Amino acid sequence: MNRSLLIEPCCGRCTHSPGAPCPDLVACLQTGPLCHEDAACHALREDRLGRVLRGGEGTVLFVGAGTCGRANGALHIIEKIRDYTEARALPVDIVEVGCVGYCQREVFVDLRDGDGLRLSYCDLSPDNVQEFLETVFERKDLRNRFLYGRYGDAPGFEDVPPLADTPFFAGQTRVVLDNCGLIDPASLDSALAAGGFAAAARALTTMTREEVCQLVIDSGLRGRGGAGFPTGRKWKVALTTPATQKYLICNADEGDPGAFMDRAILEGDPFRVVEGMLIAAYAIGATRGYVYCRAEYPLAIQRLRDAIAQCHAAGLLGTNILGSLTDFDITIKRGAGAFVCGEETAILASVEGGRGMPRPRPPYPAVAGLHGMPTVLNNVETLANVPGIVRKGPAWFQDLGLGDAAGTKVFALSGRVQNTGLVEVPVGVPLREIVYGIGGGAPEGHQIKAVQIGGPSGGCIPEQHLDVPTDYGKLQELGAMMGSGGMVVMDERSCMVDVAKYFMEFIRNESCGKCTPCREGTTRMHEILTALTERPVGDEIRRLERFRGLLHLEELAQTIKDTSLCGLGQSAANPVLSTLRFFRDEYEAHIMEDRCPAGVCQGLRTYVVDNATCIGCGVCKKQCPSGAIVGERKNAHYIIVDKCIGCGACVDACPKQSISLVA
Amino acid sequence: MTVSSVQTLLTRRNDLSREQLIPLLQQIQEKDGFLSQTAMSELALALDTPVARIYGVATFYNQFRFAPLGEHVIEVCRGTACHVKQSLTIAQHLQRRLKLRPDGNSADGRFSVLSVACLGACSIAPVIKLDGEFYGHLTVEKLDALLDALEEAEAPAGEPTEGSLP
Repeated sequence: MNRSLLIEPCCGRCTHSPGAPCPDLVACLQTGPLCHEDAACHALREDRLGRVLRGGEGTVLFVGAGTCGRANGALHIIEKIRDYTEARALPVDIVEVGCVGYCQREVFVDLRDGDGLRLSYCDLSPDNVQEFLETVFERKDLRNRFLYGRYGDAPGFEDVPPLADTPFFAGQTRVVLDNCGLIDPASLDSALAAGGFAAAARALTTMTREEVCQLVIDSGLRGRGGAGFPTGRKWKVALTTPATQKYLICNADEGDPGAFMDRAILEGDPFRVVEGMLIAAYAIGATRGYVYCRAEYPLAIQRLRDAIAQCHAAGLLGTNILGSLTDFDITIKRGAGAFVCGEETAILASVEGGRGMPRPRPPYPAVAGLHGMPTVLNNVETLANVPGIVRKGPAWFQDLGLGDAAGTKVFALSGRVQNTGLVEVPVGVPLREIVYGIGGGAPEGHQIKAVQIGGPSGGCIPEQHLDVPTDYGKLQELGAMMGSGGMVVMDERSCMVDVAKYFMEFIRNESCGKCTPCREGTTRMHEILTALTERPVGDEIRRLERFRGLLHLEELAQTIKDTSLCGLGQSAANPVLSTLRFFRDEYEAHIMEDRCPAGVCQGLRTYVVDNATCIGCGVCKKQCPSGAIVGERKNAHYIIVDKCIGCGACVDACPKQSISLVA
Repeated sequence: MTVSSVQTLLTRRNDLSREQLIPLLQQIQEKDGFLSQTAMSELALALDTPVARIYGVATFYNQFRFAPLGEHVIEVCRGTACHVKQSLTIAQHLQRRLKLRPDGNSADGRFSVLSVACLGACSIAPVIKLDGEFYGHLTVEKLDALLDALEEAEAPAGEPTEGSLP
C-alpha cells in the first residue's frame, strides 16, 4: 500500500494526528498550510503536490490497465516497457491507471515528460509496444503514428487536438469519469491532488446533516442504478427515522449485461466513491457502510480495498473523521453471482447471509432495511456524483442536464457501433447524438436497426425513434427505461425475436423463484419465444400452438408486469413488449413464413447442398448431429429440412464448400 | 484436505455470525475449488445452522459449484453485447471442439466451460476468460489459435491428448 506523502506534517506546528484530527486537513493539504504563515511550509506543500501530480521523477508512462485494457494486453505492455527501460537504465516511471473510456482504441498510454507535457497514445498492443518505445526513446519522436491527443497546453504540439476535442470525447461532459484514466487509482495522494475529499471535508465540518440532504434534494440528483428515485429524498427519510444504528450500502452489483460503468468508476477512481459514501453516511447518520460488489470484478474489488485501507490510514475513514465526531467504516461484500441481488431488498437479504430474495415494499429500506434498521442503498454512479454536488453546488448540477433533467449519465456503449466505450453525457441528450455523434454509427456500411437500453429491464428503441432524449420519463414512454445505462447497438444482422428470447432466457435463469408470475411466467414466455424461433415440424397442432403463443405473449407480459413482487419481474416483459411494438413484422415473418429475416435464428435456417460440386465424401453426414443428411457414397447428398436443426456444422465440415445457407 | 481446510478457516475467525456465511463459502471454494458435502456439514456445525440452510444459500448463487472443475476453465460471456456479436457461435464452437458434456466439462476432463451472465467487458465483445485472463474481439479463428497454443504448450509434457480418457 502506498503511504500518503501529502499527509505528512510540514513542520512541528502542524497539529494533525490520528488521535486529534485537524478539521482543515484536506484544505490544508491542497492549498495550505492554513494554521500558520510560512513561506517554507507553503513551498514544501506545493512541491509535494507537484510531485504527486507529475506521477514520478522523470518521464512517466500512464498505462490504461482497467479490465478492458488488460484484455487488450495492458499488463504485457507494462512488462515490456519495464524490461525495455530497465535494460537501458532509462529514468521512466510506470503508473497503472483506469480506463479512459475509449475502449475501442485500448491500450492507451499517456506520456508525461519532465516539463509536464502530457500526450496520449492509443492502439498499443504487446506486438507493437516495442516499436512505440523505440520511436519515443531512441528516435525521440513523440509525434508518431500512435499519437491521439494532448492534455492541456503542450508547447510544440499545438496542432495535435486536445483529447477533449477528439471526436469520441468532444460530445461528452465528463464529471463522474473526470479522473478515470488520468490519475493513479491506487494512490490516495493523487486523488487528493485532484481535489478529492474537499467536498467531504466541507460537508462534515461545516454543514449539518439536514443541510447536506437538502443540498442533494435541490440538485435534483436521481438514482443512477435504474429506478431513478430522487436520492436526497431517500436520504431525508433515513435521516428522520429514529434508530440506534443506520446503514449505507453502495450497490456495485452491476448485473445488467451490457453495463460496465460502475466497474470502470471503481477501477479508475475508487476514492470518489469512498468520498461519496462518506458524505452520504454523514447525511443520514450511518456509521457502517457496505459495498456490495460483483465477484466478477476482481480488479474493482482490489482497488476499492486499497482505497479503503489508505483512507483509514489517513484518518478519512474510521472514528472521529476530520475532528467532526463522525464515525464511518466500510466493509466490502463480494456478491456471489445473482442478478436479482441488484434489487435493493434482495441485497439486504444477501448481506445478511441468506438467499438473495426480494421482499415486498413498504417498508422501504430507508425505514427498515438491514437488520431492520434504516438503510440507504445507492448505486456507485449516484454516489460518485455526490462530491461534485457538494463542492460546486446544486445549481451547477442542475445546469449540467438538458431541460428539466439534472446532471450527467454515464452510458456503456457497445454492440454494433464503431466506437465502443464509456460515454458521459448530460441527461437528456438525444440517443441519436450518442449513437451516431459519439459512437460513430454502425460499422462498415451497415444500418443501425435498434438500440437496446436498460438491460433486461429495458427495451429496444428503433432507429426512427432515436431522437428521444435520454430522460427517465421519455424513455419509459417508448417502453424502455434508463436502467443502469447499458446501451447495446444492433444493426440489420440482429434478429429482434432472438434478442427478446435472449433476454427472456436471462430473466428465466435469474428469477429468484419467490413469486409465481415471474417464476412461471418468464418460463412460459421463453417457451413461446423458443417455439417462434424453431421450424414447426410434424403436425398442424404445433403450427397452431406457435400462432396462439404470440397472442398469449402480450397478455402474459402484462400479467407479469402487474403482479410480480419486485422490479426484476415487473420489468421482465419490457424487452418482449418493446420488440412486439416496434418490430411486429419480424415476429410475423417468423410465424407466417417460417423465416428469420436477419438469418440469426438457427432453428429457421435452411441449408442446401449444391449437387454439382458435392463429391459425396460423407463428411457432412458424419458431422450432422441430427441425422438430417442423406446420400450414397460418391453421390450427391441431400439435407432433410424438417430434421435439420440449423447448427451449420456441415458447412464447416464440407471440404468442397458445397453447402450454403438459403436466405 | 477439505476437513482441515474448513477448520483452519474457522479457527482463524472469531466473528462467526450469520452474516459471514457467504464470505466463508467463498473462501472455502477459493481453497478447494468447489463446495464439498463435508465442507458444508463442517460449516453447519460451526455456525450452528442446519446444513439445509447452507445448501439453500449455496445453490441460490451461481458462483458456487458442487463438483471440481477441469484444469483449464473457460468462461464464455453471454452478455447482450457479446450475444449481438455472436458469442453463441463461440460457445457452440467450444462445445464441438472440446466435445463438452452437458455439465460443461470436456470429455477428457481437462476443460471446463462455464457461461457467465456478463463479464463487464462489453466494449471488447465477444469476450471469454481463459484461466483468469480476458480475451476480447474474439472470432472462431482466434479461439482456435488460442486453444492450439495452449495444447502445444502442454503437449511435450504429457501423453497424447487426443482421445485419452482419465
